[in-house]
Amino acid sequence: MDIAFDIISWVCLLTGSFFCLTGGIGLIRFPEFFSRIHAASLTDTLGASLILIGLMFQAGFSLTLAKLIMILILSLIAGTTASHAMAKAALKSGMCPLDQVDRSAEGSVKSYKDKG
Amino acid sequence: MMYAITALTLLVVMALALARAFAGPTLYDRILAVNNFGTKTVLLIAVMDFLSGRPDFLDIAIVYALINFISVIGVLRFFEYAQQKTVEQAE
Repeated sequence: MDIAFDIISWVCLLTGSFFCLTGGIGLIRFPEFFSRIHAASLTDTLGASLILIGLMFQAGFSLTLAKLIMILILSLIAGTTASHAMAKAALKSGMCPLDQVDRSAEGSVKSYKDKG
Repeated sequence: MMYAITALTLLVVMALALARAFAGPTLYDRILAVNNFGTKTVLLIAVMDFLSGRPDFLDIAIVYALINFISVIGVLRFFEYAQQKTVEQAE
């Protein structure tokens, strides 16, 4: 039973760190803000959940498990809300996702890229 | 062993997020990178607890998650209102 829990926990930890690494690479490599927020927030939710669940399997029934569940709930609520607020603030400030820009408005894309 | 691999991956991701925070073209890229850095810090604290075999610092992780969320929301509202004000002044 212990070995089964260990294996499940290792698989969860490894997949979680893989997703976190994917998010980090996406944060560096993607071309503009909205695709970056997509990469960062999606992988953040899944990676954090998997890592915390992997730790929960190691914790057993104790106070540690309750604290880990609290961190999980908190990070699920807070991460998604923060991503939503960031995307909304960026939209309000006049940034536009690349694929929603008209062909006729090519100039605005260029000016956004020039600013960067 | 698994904890060490996870902690190492988290450190690499935090370095990538810091690179984006330094390089980020716009203000929101920087905020996104700092938020990502904060959530990865919470995970790193939790993993390091189990790595050292003494899970006593999870409270710090909870507090860090709360502070990270509040600070990101606060900074976002600050800049939202600041930019609205500049738009109104320009008009």
